[in-house]
Amino acid sequence: MHASVADRIKDLKAQIMRLEGFKSATGTWPDTSTRAFPWRSFPLGAVHEFLCGDRVDVSPTAGFIAGLLSHLYSKQGVILWISASRRLFPPALAAFGLRPECVIFLDAARERDVTWAMEEALKCPALSAVVGEIRDLDFTASRRLQLAVERSCVTGFVIRKNLSTINTTACVSRWRITSLPGATDDDMPGVGFPVWKIELLRMRNGQPGCWVVRWMNEEFVEEQLHVAATAGPERKAI
Amino acid sequence: MAARYVSIWFRYLKTDWCSLDKPQLKEVPFVLRSPSHGRMVIVAANENARAKGIRIGDVLADARALVPGLEVLDDMPEVWDKLLRRLAEWCIRFTPVVAVDPPDGLLLDATGCAHLWGGEEKYIAAINRGLSNKGYDVRVGMAETPLVAWGVARYGVNPLVPAGENTNALLALPVEALRLEFEITDRLRRLGLHKVRQFISMPRTSLRRRFGAEFLRQLDLALGRESVPLEPVMPVEPYREQLPCLEPVLTVAGIEIALRELLDRLCTRLEKEQKGLRTAVFKGYRVDGKWMQVEISTSKATRNREHVFKLFALRFSSLEPGMGIELFILEAPKVEPYSAQQERMWDASGGLEDVRLAELIDRLANHVGATRIKRYLPDEHYWPERSIKLAQSLQEKPTTTWPSQKPRPLQLLDPPERIEVTAPIPDYPPMLFRYNGKLHHVARADGPERIEREWWIEKGRHRDYYCVEDDEGYRYWLFRLGHYDDEKASEWFMHGFFA
Repeated sequence: MHASVADRIKDLKAQIMRLEGFKSATGTWPDTSTRAFPWRSFPLGAVHEFLCGDRVDVSPTAGFIAGLLSHLYSKQGVILWISASRRLFPPALAAFGLRPECVIFLDAARERDVTWAMEEALKCPALSAVVGEIRDLDFTASRRLQLAVERSCVTGFVIRKNLSTINTTACVSRWRITSLPGATDDDMPGVGFPVWKIELLRMRNGQPGCWVVRWMNEEFVEEQLHVAATAGPERKAI
Repeated sequence: MAARYVSIWFRYLKTDWCSLDKPQLKEVPFVLRSPSHGRMVIVAANENARAKGIRIGDVLADARALVPGLEVLDDMPEVWDKLLRRLAEWCIRFTPVVAVDPPDGLLLDATGCAHLWGGEEKYIAAINRGLSNKGYDVRVGMAETPLVAWGVARYGVNPLVPAGENTNALLALPVEALRLEFEITDRLRRLGLHKVRQFISMPRTSLRRRFGAEFLRQLDLALGRESVPLEPVMPVEPYREQLPCLEPVLTVAGIEIALRELLDRLCTRLEKEQKGLRTAVFKGYRVDGKWMQVEISTSKATRNREHVFKLFALRFSSLEPGMGIELFILEAPKVEPYSAQQERMWDASGGLEDVRLAELIDRLANHVGATRIKRYLPDEHYWPERSIKLAQSLQEKPTTTWPSQKPRPLQLLDPPERIEVTAPIPDYPPMLFRYNGKLHHVARADGPERIEREWWIEKGRHRDYYCVEDDEGYRYWLFRLGHYDDEKASEWFMHGFFA
């Protein structure tokens, strides 16, 4: 009896998630971190928020999103990248497993066009994902984005560039990606593979966490050593 | 400004047209024939034939007896209207208002046009020359009223009637210049009235009694006391639908209904012809004589009514109905072949060929501007700024592969920003650099990667690129312009940020 009630609740929870637009994805995300996500899979059909202060920080964030998308979607998927101050250089996306010709850029003239275009794009099921570099996103706007994806199941990524106006939003998660010194094997000279500290600050129905991940051979590889060394104390500080 | 009209008379319109294909016909007597009351009658004769005494309306057998070796072709009545219309469209280069004047003439409203050609003589000469080059023998008349221009072209001596000389010119013309019915002209002639000046001062009542009201009307037209509006030839807009309204439309709801109706008609036609529109213009003509329009364009041929409607709806705010709109016109100036089969294949297939994606792009483009939406393809250049090119359409495929051997930064600064750098010895990566007022210590570095400037495109110095990582773990793409120089400090630039 007790077990069946728990099952019912689990079932109902699953139904609610479906109604909220969640899709389960089968990505090659590092195993240890999947428990951070509801159902141990990255939620698609939702809006994710990335905090990104310095303009230099946009690069690791963009790289992480690109790497994520290359695992979550087929190569044919079209991505719309909306920004009012874009510096993204398309050929570099190829290194993160995306096909740069499948990325459409919208360089808006005004900040308010970004939010409008993002909402409009999130309603279009022909897209795989929409990335928007948004300065200020108020709660109402984020709620509108969330409602748009619930109908179309497109995944939205909001890159917040103005950390001074961070507020409560309706986004399903909040991330911060920062660069760490690159990884080289056997003390080879040079810069090596990019290493990022991935902080999951909030995840609806999931568990926040912090990982250090290396991007190598078009895959995320978790760096065990760094987690203890660098990520541990930082996590408490947040 | 005084009104000016030009009448063009094609003296041998039909035979000239036939001679365009067969130039040898110009040299010989040549006529067109048509059956009439059981016999063959001549309907057109060229200059050569007329010189030999052949008149229009003669029986062909008589003409053959008169001129042995006469060339004869069948008349093509369906051609002449189209031909005149085409010539009228060609003449739109001289003035925007050109009307067809059957059977063998054109009428141009040249008010305020002649000065563009440097005067009226030159204007007439340009028309003459243009049509002669096309192979037509024309005579041109210019006057203040259409009828005098017509008369001057056909019966006048001097083709140009200067402004203010209209009545004087009319006086010298023969009675035929009034374009009256044959009976009236004949009666005038029999009464000994050969020139207009002989009867112009007669009392109007007696003129009406003897020659009828039509005669007086023609006289008034010639003198400019009355006028007939021209029916200008418009360049045909092949995909054009119009909707006149019984009552002026004032509300957005009304405009929407009109647009839906017009779209339905246009799209039905496009479906029949397997076409799709790329641009469309929706015009509203207002009661007060003003008109306004909204334009949309699509990235791919479409005839999806709902989609085109949505594109227009985004622009409705710029329509001002004013006192009300009485006529709606929808045009599609640019259409492309588009078959229904493609639609089915592409629908919901995902990827760049998805119809829904094209529709989204149209909506965005009509809001933020089409030039702000970009898609890039690889280009075969090593120079970073030139290594990508803009795709022309959503369907365009890359012609070459994306370069993947050398690392490229995810963010590229355009243009590169000047930085201060401390580098140990030539060709070593920098130790320190200052960027945006902050000092960065370089922990690790890759490079240099020399990229030469493409000398066939532009001149300048090469760049030596270094990928450096500072002690915080951020990676930058720096370059030094040109070679090391002992005398001058090298110029270093920040060009991008790696992930």
